[in-house]
Amino acid sequence: MRNRPPSALRQAALADLDGLRARHPAVFRAAWSRRAVVIGSLALVVGLAVFAMMRLDFSLLRILHGLHRLSEFAGMMLPPSAEGRFGLFLTALGETLAIAFLGTLTAACLAFPVAFLAARNVVPNPFLRFGVRRGFDVIRSVDVLIWALIWINVVGLGPFAGALAIACSDFGAFGKLFSEAIETADRKAPEGVTASGGSRLHRVRFGLVPAVLPVLASQVLYFFESNTRSATIIGIVGAGGIGQYLTELIRVLEMQQVAFLVLMILVTVALIDLVSARLRRAIIGGAAH
Amino acid sequence: MTVRIETLPPERENTLLAAYSGAVASARRRNLAVFVVIVALYLLAGWMAEVRPLTFLDNIQNFTAYLGQILPPLTLANLPADVAAWYWGLPKWLALLGETILMAYLGTLFGGIAAFGLCFLASANLVRSPAIRFCARRFLEVCRTVPEVVFALIFVIAFGLGPMVGVLALAIHTTGALGKLFSEVVENIDMKPVEGLTGTGAGFLETVRFAVVPQVLSNFASYALLRFEINVRGAGVMGFVGAGGIGQEFLVAIRNFYYSDVSAILVLIILTVVAIDLATERLRHHLLGREAHA
Repeated sequence: MRNRPPSALRQAALADLDGLRARHPAVFRAAWSRRAVVIGSLALVVGLAVFAMMRLDFSLLRILHGLHRLSEFAGMMLPPSAEGRFGLFLTALGETLAIAFLGTLTAACLAFPVAFLAARNVVPNPFLRFGVRRGFDVIRSVDVLIWALIWINVVGLGPFAGALAIACSDFGAFGKLFSEAIETADRKAPEGVTASGGSRLHRVRFGLVPAVLPVLASQVLYFFESNTRSATIIGIVGAGGIGQYLTELIRVLEMQQVAFLVLMILVTVALIDLVSARLRRAIIGGAAH
Repeated sequence: MTVRIETLPPERENTLLAAYSGAVASARRRNLAVFVVIVALYLLAGWMAEVRPLTFLDNIQNFTAYLGQILPPLTLANLPADVAAWYWGLPKWLALLGETILMAYLGTLFGGIAAFGLCFLASANLVRSPAIRFCARRFLEVCRTVPEVVFALIFVIAFGLGPMVGVLALAIHTTGALGKLFSEVVENIDMKPVEGLTGTGAGFLETVRFAVVPQVLSNFASYALLRFEINVRGAGVMGFVGAGGIGQEFLVAIRNFYYSDVSAILVLIILTVVAIDLATERLRHHLLGREAHA
C-alpha cells in the first residue's frame, strides 16, 4: 500500500470535481441527523473521559516523572539475568503450569455435566435453566484473584489454593460456553436417536456428546493458554507459582531478575500457544473429517 | 404408530457387527491412550501443585464454615436495620465502585485508541512490509501476555499509588488484546473498496479511512465493549497491588477477617459486574444487529 503516482482516473475525477459535487450531493455531505449522532456520541465519550481523568487524579507532572523512572527501570533490566536462581524459577514456572492445568481440567470436568442443565435443547424447564445460568454468571463475575483470596482462607497459602481458584472462576466461564456449544449443536442426531427408540440420556450420550466434544476440547485448550497467564499472577496474593517471585523481586527492584522472569513467562506462553493451536487444529480437523 | 423393522439375516448381521467392533476398537484404543496421558499429567500436576486431597476433605467444612461466617447476621424481625448495619460503609464502597468503573472505562478507551492505531499495521492484507507487521504483532503480543497486574506492580513503584496506575496497566493490556482482535477483523474485510481506493491513487491513510474503517467500526465497538466488561473485573482487583478501585478495601476486609464486610463488598462487585455484562450484551447485539440489517 505505497503512495502511487496519481492515476488517470483520479486526475479525471479531480478535474470534474465540481460536476461530481453537483451530481452526487449525498456523497459529499452526510445527513445532519447522522452527523449529530456521531458528534453527540463522540462528545459523550470524550466528556466522560475528561471527567474520569479528573476524578482519578491524572496529572501530567506525575506521568512525566513516572515515565522518567520507568526509563530508569528499563535501563536496570538490561541484561536480564537469573543470578543463579534459574532452577528455582524453573520449579516455580512448573508449579504455575501445574496450577493452570489442574484448574482448567477440574473446571472442565465439573462444568461438563452441569452445562447440559443450562442448555435449552436438553432441559426444557426454563426455571432450572435460568437458575443454572445465573449461577454461572455469579461465579464468573468474581475475579480469579478474589477466588484465590477466599481459598487461601480455606486451604492455606500455596499452589493448591491457586488451582482451586482457577477451577472456580473457570467453572462459570466453561458452564456458559459449554451450554452455548450444546445449544448450537445439530438437532438431527438427537432426533435420530429418539426416532430409533433412545431415551433422554441416550439422546445426550449418542446424539449430543459426540457432536460437541471437539468444540469443548478446543475451548478447554484455549482456556489453558489464558489460565497460564492468570496462574502467573495468582502468586501475588500468595497462591503459589511464579507470581510470588515476581512480586517480591519487583518490590525490591531486582529489575534484571524481573526481566528474566518476564522473558521466561513470554517464552512459555508462546510455546503453549503453539502447541495448543496445533492440538486444536488437529481436534477440530479430526471432527470435520 | 408402530413400525416393524425387519431383522437382518444372521450371517449378514454378524459380518456387520464384526466390522463395527473392529472400527470402534481402534478408536477406543486411541481414546484410552489419550485418557491415560491426561490422567497421568493431571496426577503429575497435582503432585507439583501440592494438592493434598485428605487435607482438602478435612478442610472442606472450613469452606462452608467460612461462607457461614461471611454471611451477615440478618434476622427477619429486624431486617432493615440489619441490612443497614451490613452495608454500613455503602457510600464509601459505592464511590470506590464508581472509581473502579471509571478506571475500566479509561483503560478500555486508551487501550482501544492505541489498538486502533496499531491494528492496521499488523494486518497482512494492508501492510506489505513483513518487518512492520512483525514488529507490530510482537509488540501487541508482549502487551497481551504480561498480565496487567504485573504492569500495575511496576507502575506503582514508578508513578506512585493510585487509580491512574491501574488505568495505565489496563490500557496496556487492552492494547494487546484488542489489537489482535481488531487486526483479525481487518484481515477479514471485503477488499474491493480497498482496491478501488488504491486504484485512484489514494495513500495508506486515505485507504484506511474510507475503505477499511467504515467496514470494521461496528465490530471494533463490539469487541471494545466486551473488553470493557473484562476490564471492570480486572479493575476490581487492581487495588490488591495499590492501583486504585475497590480491591484495596476488599483485601483489607479479607485479611483482617471483617467477615460481614467481605460478603457486602463481594455482593456489590458481583451485582456491578453482572449489570455491566447485561448492559454491554444488549449494546453489542444492537451494534451487530444494525450491521446485519445495513
